[in-house]
Amino acid sequence: MMDSPRTAVSNPPVQPMESNLTERDLVRRSATAELPPPERQLTPVAKLIDVSKCIGCKACQAACIEWNDTYPPIGENVGSYVNPPDLSENMFTLMLFTEWINPETDNLEWLIRKDGCMHCADPGCLKACPAPGAIVQYSNGIVDFIHENCIGCGYCVKGCPFDIPRISKTDHRAYKCTLCSDRVAVGQGPACAKACPTQAIVFGTKDDMKKHADERIADLKSRGFQNAGLYDPPGVGGTHVMYVLHHNDKPHIYADLPDNPQISPVVQVWKGASKYVGLATMGMVAAGAILHGIFARPNRVQHEDEENAERLVEEATDHREKT
Amino acid sequence: MTNSWTDIKNTDLVIVMGGNAAEAHPCGFKWVTEAKAHRAARLIVVDPRFTRTASVADYYAPIRQGTDIAFLSGVMKYCIDNDKVQWEYMKAFTNASYLVKDGFGFKDGLFTGYDPEKRDYDKSTWDYVIGDDGFVVTDPTLQHPRCVWNLLKEHLAPYTPEMVERICGTPKDKFLKVAEMISECSSPTKTMTSMYALGWTQHSKGSQNIRTMAMLQLILGNIGVRGGGMNALRGHSNIQGLTDLGLMSHLLTGYLAMATEKDVDFATYMSTRQFKPLVPGQTSYWQNYRKFMVSFQKAMWGDNARADNDWAFNYLPKLDVPAYDVLRMFELMYDGKINGYLCQGFNPLLAFPNRNKVTKSLSNLKWLVTMDPLDTETARFWENRGDFNPVDTASIQTEVIQLPTTCFAEEEGSLTNSGRWLQWHWPGGTPPGEAKHDTYIIAQIFLRIRELYRKEGGTFPDPILNLSWDYADANEPTAEELAREINGRALTDLMDPADPTKVLVPAGKQVVNFSQLRDDGSTMCGCWIYSGCFNEQGNNMARRDNNDPDDTGAYLGWSFAWPLNRRTLYNRASADLEGKPWDPSRKLLEWDGTKWTGYDVPDIAPAAKPGEVGPFIMNQEGTARLFARGLMRDGPFPAHMEPFESPVANVFNPKIRGNPVARVFETDLEQLGLSDEFPYAGTSYRLTEHFHYWTKHNHVNSALQPEFFVEISEELAAEKAIANGSWVRVWSKRGSVKAKALVTKRIRPLICDGKPVHVVGIPLHWGFTGSARKGFGPNSLAPFVGDANIETPEYKAFLVNIEPSTAPQEAIA
Amino acid sequence: MAKTKEIQSGDAIHRGPPVTVERYGPYQRVNHWITATCLILLLISGLSLFHPWLFFMTGLFGGGQNTRMLHPWIGVVLFFSFFIFFFQFWRANLPNRTDARWVSQIGDVVGGHEERLPEVGRYNAGQKFIFWGMALFIIVLIGTGLVIWDQYFEGLTSIAVSRVAVLVHSVAAVLIILLFILHVYAGIWTRGTLRAMTRGSVTGGWAWRHHRKWLKELAGRGRIDPAE
Repeated sequence: MMDSPRTAVSNPPVQPMESNLTERDLVRRSATAELPPPERQLTPVAKLIDVSKCIGCKACQAACIEWNDTYPPIGENVGSYVNPPDLSENMFTLMLFTEWINPETDNLEWLIRKDGCMHCADPGCLKACPAPGAIVQYSNGIVDFIHENCIGCGYCVKGCPFDIPRISKTDHRAYKCTLCSDRVAVGQGPACAKACPTQAIVFGTKDDMKKHADERIADLKSRGFQNAGLYDPPGVGGTHVMYVLHHNDKPHIYADLPDNPQISPVVQVWKGASKYVGLATMGMVAAGAILHGIFARPNRVQHEDEENAERLVEEATDHREKT
Repeated sequence: MTNSWTDIKNTDLVIVMGGNAAEAHPCGFKWVTEAKAHRAARLIVVDPRFTRTASVADYYAPIRQGTDIAFLSGVMKYCIDNDKVQWEYMKAFTNASYLVKDGFGFKDGLFTGYDPEKRDYDKSTWDYVIGDDGFVVTDPTLQHPRCVWNLLKEHLAPYTPEMVERICGTPKDKFLKVAEMISECSSPTKTMTSMYALGWTQHSKGSQNIRTMAMLQLILGNIGVRGGGMNALRGHSNIQGLTDLGLMSHLLTGYLAMATEKDVDFATYMSTRQFKPLVPGQTSYWQNYRKFMVSFQKAMWGDNARADNDWAFNYLPKLDVPAYDVLRMFELMYDGKINGYLCQGFNPLLAFPNRNKVTKSLSNLKWLVTMDPLDTETARFWENRGDFNPVDTASIQTEVIQLPTTCFAEEEGSLTNSGRWLQWHWPGGTPPGEAKHDTYIIAQIFLRIRELYRKEGGTFPDPILNLSWDYADANEPTAEELAREINGRALTDLMDPADPTKVLVPAGKQVVNFSQLRDDGSTMCGCWIYSGCFNEQGNNMARRDNNDPDDTGAYLGWSFAWPLNRRTLYNRASADLEGKPWDPSRKLLEWDGTKWTGYDVPDIAPAAKPGEVGPFIMNQEGTARLFARGLMRDGPFPAHMEPFESPVANVFNPKIRGNPVARVFETDLEQLGLSDEFPYAGTSYRLTEHFHYWTKHNHVNSALQPEFFVEISEELAAEKAIANGSWVRVWSKRGSVKAKALVTKRIRPLICDGKPVHVVGIPLHWGFTGSARKGFGPNSLAPFVGDANIETPEYKAFLVNIEPSTAPQEAIA
Repeated sequence: MAKTKEIQSGDAIHRGPPVTVERYGPYQRVNHWITATCLILLLISGLSLFHPWLFFMTGLFGGGQNTRMLHPWIGVVLFFSFFIFFFQFWRANLPNRTDARWVSQIGDVVGGHEERLPEVGRYNAGQKFIFWGMALFIIVLIGTGLVIWDQYFEGLTSIAVSRVAVLVHSVAAVLIILLFILHVYAGIWTRGTLRAMTRGSVTGGWAWRHHRKWLKELAGRGRIDPAE
């Protein structure tokens, strides 16, 4: 069985291949407690997006549309280069453009960031998902949505620290970048990385990508970007889509990239304490009621109660007849 | 391109000026990223807008459109003043030491010999002092006041940093920073590459824009070296092929000149093309002109082109004007002098300036045939589409015939890229519907016309009846047949000049390259510079060997580059006078004592000794020209000229409007606007999401950039109360468009000659056919004037006004 | 005669024998059972999305997609149904002094020593607690439910708000389920109660035992059908 691909730029093999991403390669499966450990460990992969090399050409978007065979509608210009205006079930990745005046140099910087799923090591979407098997994580790090299991509840949207998943209004299922799991499974890199003309998007093992990032960061520092760095946020256990940022000290300037993303504490409580405390309380109360029902005497109407009632009615009738 | 795309990775400094490589050439731009990532190269962008290229640049400087000559002249002056000149290179490889005739001078923004009536110069004084021996007089010490170098220094004197700021609006500190970065490349071990495109060509002095940078590159010693050069980025994948194959009205193939009315016979034609060397011992390659021309005539008319009929020279059309460029053709249509138009792979309704005039011109035609894979606006010019095409259909009598053609991906053939590589490609899909290859359609038209001439005769049927048409299937010549014809072959056995008993090329075999062409009618060749592309070795354009010994970026085994598979033009200049590379780490060629060796095909005779033959063998001088003699209509040195429509007057002479020798038709002169009525500097450009007017027919591209917009600064938006994303109307003296406003920090007002100049950026890509939202093109606004030398329309600098508006209506009025 | 909040318009005593008392009219009973059905369906569908152990219950609705689609609509039905009910009975559920004593003697309530408790009107404090608790949580649930009803209201609030909403929705759901258990259990444990919502009437003895003040007031006001 083939291991993870090492690059996105090689030409695809022409012979038919078996997928290396199967049920047996899952390390996490949404709403599934007992998952058998995977039989093998695939080498973790990563996509590295070098924001400093990106020219914002949107070839990645075009490749994404073509490969995933989506059909984003033709929108309108709302005074922005961001088109389509948002991620959607038809657009899994999006170039975000920010015009930023660097306060240190007073020079304009046009920050262009390719937005999309970060493939977190600790995926908030998967944590939030109530549908068994709708979100899975493979041993190579890819977090994928399995659409036939998706119920369209939108919990993944709430779980995601990066605002990535979108629910289709047509088929009511959640969509996001798959890191081209269907390509990676047969030895190819993601379509966006393959299409990127400047190789601002590169793909390979996570270790290789970190090494490549080190070279890029050294180059950026030589050009005066002292805070250049790798965005691989520890708050979500690291990601399998990473950025090289010229200003890694302030990721938020890149169209609100979270400075320190983590699964929201609200989501943690919701999917943690509330779930268990809630179930336990409901269980206990129900059990208490049942026990009370079994062991305590039921509150029955007594014969004298009926007599009292009859008496009352008679008295009342008499009284009324007199008046 | 003097160099190749792949060679850009060898550079130390990339200057993108007059172009927007990242945006318009994203795939080629990867080589800039390579140079940045692996050579620590720096990138400078000088542009009126902070472009996508600027977003990845190390340094950005703003400039007012149409003032590049002033900026670059300022850089040249800076380099000379600060001793940042590659002196050895400049002295040996340029005409700096040549003496210029006494009459030549420059005053009040004009060179000697200007005739305002003719809008032309008398160029007789724009030449060298020629000695009694017939060779040019030089002063290698550069002391003589009349040598080119001293005249150049004098010419550049006004272009101080202050003057640059005044004309260009570039803040002095930014200009100086750019000048300093560029000047560092005067070191023999540092090179700069210039990447430019329509940002320089689409001006009334476009040729001079490019020339100024070429001169700067020469004094820095950056021509002919790895990572250097003048690199024109071509807008279409095969537009280089278009000019190479003579699709311009004043050219035959391979830059052979179209004959003019003065060329009464072949001898007269050849008499002005002797190109005798101007320095002793020099190779002047154009002395082979006759071989190429005769071989071309043989390719055209075969046995009907013979020595005794002047090689059928009289079959060639003769120009009665300098050129039938597109502007002139539409002027003639406008005047009703042309009444049929075969429009192949072109969309003039959106591509040519002054759309109203284009519409009127097309309306004057009797017939219009369009050949295109797409339903172009031109084919629908008669259709009323409300605001988007407000024509009166009933009044248009033009008969329009649409012939659907295949697109590039459905065809076999070669595309010539910017780096002169002829890359063969194979069809990737089956043509849809009734689409036919262009070759089929042209063959059908030709065969039918020939039949008509045969049946009915005519004034001069010979060139048609005798045209060589020996294809296996006359109805559809194949790409391979055409390529073989372009390469050329021996018509009789070619004997070796060194050994007359030996057959060099047997009759009927392909010539190996143009060095085997003869002027006695024994060879034929469709395009001499392409010769070698398809010889007896096979189809060299189809080669796909990506080996690159020592990572020089030459890739000699990949496809075929003209001429002779040479990747870097003038590569002899990469070595010094002894033949040693200026930069040993970037060797291209080296003189090994007997011949030139190295990584590229030498651009000089392999045995030409370094000290004896100059590297610029296509020039009679063997040197590159800092002083262009009479070869450019608007001056031997570049001089600052304002656009025809400019927000400020020419600081050297406010009376000069635009380029003083550019051709302007009378009706168009009336349609030029002034800055009091049209205060804003409009400019047009492409966006990376689209390719011209093609990809708006594609859903994916349309989704990525759906709707026409114009870009303005926050300052102008505030002044005019224009909200981001709202509708605006932009109009010029010639037309009006409606667009969404995109308010941006990427365009800032420039202070020029003391007053603010607001730039209005107008991308092209939208029309009224296709998938994207309906819109307009900047050609509705641009003036109908072109470059003085080559007539490229002035699309980059014109005047407009802007106001808030409402959405355009498609409903038929 | 002064108005009383203890008596609903349909309340009446049937002389019998045995004596029965009309407590809920047919519309009120239908109203109650619609509400109850909705609540049960919401409980099942909600719980099935609350914890993976219970996800199998989505099968009752035809799978996860249908469950996700139906749950909010059922919630809307419940909301209107409950509030039709609410506006009929809210006066009778206003707290009074007796309720305080009743609550203070909760041990006697659970122990079944009703004789030690004060006389109770139409509703006792426990019933009132459930009534108001239900009203409160239904409002909370419908409010937060709309925020997370992405099919129609996606994008109207920020994700941060919807995260809080989904948590509050869960907590409120747990609490309303506790109330529901209490309500159901009380109805079963207190024998003779269920028929109030099936047949609409209770026995005179039931009324005497559990809601004597109500019965007395009915009797006192002569809400007794004529003798046969």
